[in-house]
Amino acid sequence: MSEGYPQAPTAGVPGHMAIHGAGNPHDGHSHPDHPKLQHHFDDMGQQAEASTLGMWVFLVTEIMFFGGLFMAYLLYRYRSPDGFAEASNHLNVIWGAINTIVLIVSSLTMALAVRAAQTSARPKVQVGWLIATMILGSAFLGVKVIEYADKFTHHLVPGPDFQWPGEYPAAAEMFYSLYFCMTGLHALHMIIGIGIMLVITAMAWRRQFDAAYYTPVEVAGLYWHFVDIVWIFLFPLLYLIGYHYGAH
Amino acid sequence: MATLNYLNNGHGLASWLLTKDHKRIALLYLASITVFFFIGGLFAFLIRLELLTPAGDLMTAENYNKMFTMHGVVMVFFFLIPSIPAVLGNFFIPIMLGAKDLAFPRINLISWYIYVLGGIFTLTAALSGGVDTGWTFYTPYSTAAANSHVVTAALGVFITGFSSILTGLNFIVTIHRMRAPGMTWFRMPLFVWSHYATSLIFILGTPVIAITILLVAAERVLHFGIFDPALGGDPILFQHLFWFYSHPAVYIMILPAMGVVSEIVQAFARKNIFGYSFVAFSSLAIGIIGFFVWGHHIFVAGQSVYAGMIFSILSFIVAIPSAIKVFNWTATIYRGSVSLESPMLYAFGFVGLFTIGGLTGLFLAAMGLDIHVHDTYFIVAHFHYIMVGGAIMGYLGGMHYWWPKISGKMYPEAWAKFAALIVFVGFNLTFFPQFLVGYLGMPRRYHMYPPEFQVLNVMSTLGATVLSVGYVLPMVYFTYSIFKGKPAPANPWGAKGLEWEIPSPPPTENFPVTPIVTHGTHQYAPSKEVGVV
Amino acid sequence: MSSTNDHHVAPVSLYLTIFGALMVGTILTVVVARFDLGPLNNIVMLTVACAKALLVVLYFMHVRWGTRLTWVVAGSGFFWLLILFSLTMADYMSRGWIAGTLR
Repeated sequence: MSEGYPQAPTAGVPGHMAIHGAGNPHDGHSHPDHPKLQHHFDDMGQQAEASTLGMWVFLVTEIMFFGGLFMAYLLYRYRSPDGFAEASNHLNVIWGAINTIVLIVSSLTMALAVRAAQTSARPKVQVGWLIATMILGSAFLGVKVIEYADKFTHHLVPGPDFQWPGEYPAAAEMFYSLYFCMTGLHALHMIIGIGIMLVITAMAWRRQFDAAYYTPVEVAGLYWHFVDIVWIFLFPLLYLIGYHYGAH
Repeated sequence: MATLNYLNNGHGLASWLLTKDHKRIALLYLASITVFFFIGGLFAFLIRLELLTPAGDLMTAENYNKMFTMHGVVMVFFFLIPSIPAVLGNFFIPIMLGAKDLAFPRINLISWYIYVLGGIFTLTAALSGGVDTGWTFYTPYSTAAANSHVVTAALGVFITGFSSILTGLNFIVTIHRMRAPGMTWFRMPLFVWSHYATSLIFILGTPVIAITILLVAAERVLHFGIFDPALGGDPILFQHLFWFYSHPAVYIMILPAMGVVSEIVQAFARKNIFGYSFVAFSSLAIGIIGFFVWGHHIFVAGQSVYAGMIFSILSFIVAIPSAIKVFNWTATIYRGSVSLESPMLYAFGFVGLFTIGGLTGLFLAAMGLDIHVHDTYFIVAHFHYIMVGGAIMGYLGGMHYWWPKISGKMYPEAWAKFAALIVFVGFNLTFFPQFLVGYLGMPRRYHMYPPEFQVLNVMSTLGATVLSVGYVLPMVYFTYSIFKGKPAPANPWGAKGLEWEIPSPPPTENFPVTPIVTHGTHQYAPSKEVGVV
Repeated sequence: MSSTNDHHVAPVSLYLTIFGALMVGTILTVVVARFDLGPLNNIVMLTVACAKALLVVLYFMHVRWGTRLTWVVAGSGFFWLLILFSLTMADYMSRGWIAGTLR
């Protein structure tokens, strides 16, 4: 077998490295590496691609994770369409719509934060967009707190305390079980997302991101947009299916 | 070992517990899965002990239920699923690709800690009184009636699932993005192909069981009755969601072993695999089609007949790529220059026993037959032929094949051959009688049985005793080899592959310079077959 | 090797346009839901939601300028969900098709 061990050219695309730090003895180039280049990667391009691919693969697992809940929703709504519609009618569409808009705006600010890093904008600009994103995310969670509190007051939390005055009490309890599971899991992901944003913001504040290295912002952005997409489906499926019944 | 290698590069507990080296992480996994293997084996032994006599005289029914539950949970989630990928995959995938490490070394380490945490939860459940739902956690028993430590055990499985997910994620990104220059997809070893397919299943399937387990916990703890018929819930939805993962999970357990066998038969028949691309594509096909067949676990539970028919035909189809592989391994061995070192003995054992297991799977895919043997020992025998006769043989074969590379030492070959024989005899003595007794009607998960089944049960327990000796022996001689074994050369078997081009044990960075790959990594003989790269 | 994001910098105006489309979609969904259009409600709702998700994936998540691999990975998640949905619903929707049984 003639696999050789000469000084091998890297598989990376030239020109992606900033000039700091010691050179990588394996790459055949003599210029120093970007300080953020991890030793097992050949160059920044490969590292960035691996990171974004890794986040996308992770998001696929998240799709399947939420997917189990959507499956339960699909089945039980199929079996009790009127019951679900009646139960959904109690949800406040205004709050839901506000939250939808809040998240869409936050996706915009997130995209602009990534763009700011991508274009080597000043740290203050990057941090500004990131903080805006976090504020919007927190607003979303604030609304959810209000909504959840309302459920507690109206005996809409499944379990021994659940009371439903309408025609389909069993379906309503199932609907609210799914409501809490789905929005609860989503809110948990929002909280984690805000946590991630705090870390990214701190890194941006410390001038770590520019056109040569902004992968963490991009990858965090992918996660944030995904959480937005989940809500894009949750809102109509939970809030709007009973909307045509009129005011509750 | 005077030269610097991954084993002596850094001393002390911290250098191991905080390592980022995929090879050290593989050994961390090796230690923990071995512990769990023997715990699971202990539960198995208690089961077989009870089943020596027809009466339920060793333990109460409830305790017996806990035995088979813990046996299943530990063996499936803490041994079979991680074993080959987390030990041999972690160790060898970067090396086989010519890379210095996996794409995400820190995530690799975190995955091990997550695995250990999940294990602690599950062992806590076991030690505080056990779980008696069966490893399948079926509702409504698990949600409403079971009074054992369901949530703790379920959380243990949930947590460990993330270890799988992170491993799969790491493998997929590494295989896509970190192949050495010239290492095209069709020059990769088949071991890597099978782990790629396995990783697809990790990613696409594990999250579904994760959410399902959470829903069981939510129903128990928060009274969110997702599976509660009183709320219009359907317990069978649980089964759909559970088996959506757990059927592909069995392919997680077998695909890596198939990858190991592909490597071993080439090395010990001194011949390129027959039909490389067929084997590679079959791995993908098994991983993908394996997602379409889960309903064959629900044939008799209340699923509609028409859905049963769909799942039945798909279950027949999924057997085809496996059969292709068996054919290809056989054709590789045929007219090869075969030598019977211990890895090859395990590979032979795999091919034969996996074929029996797979064939009986086809029997079960036919609804008419499944109705009669469902929940009998026929099923138990079927899946043990695949998981033990198949997966564990593959694991042991791989450990024997690559032990010199991993440890830098040779184990005593005569003992290894002897152990392989003991394992083979013990295995068949344990599980073949179970086909018979199951077909005759003995149900599974019962601690007592009609007296006419005793002879076969006694044979099975005797077999289990022999089998356990076979499993202890490698522990002994592998350990012995670490201290007294002959130092291993870089290529003790004369095999082909990048891992045999580097020292035994390998240096931390694997390769002094990135290799350039100029042709397929397995070139045992000039290839005359069409379709071989 | 081309990069997943290709270092393509989208203009701010593009992001604002997509944002606008997402807002329009949201308003549309809410308005249509007010009326009882029978099966059309579901169709509109899901179509709009899928369109919004697609816009976020393509533009905010940069898949529009990404590699085919990213495309395949993203698509496979949704496709796999469809497998879960369709084969499970195949069971539930065909129950009771055999007269006199629950199957």
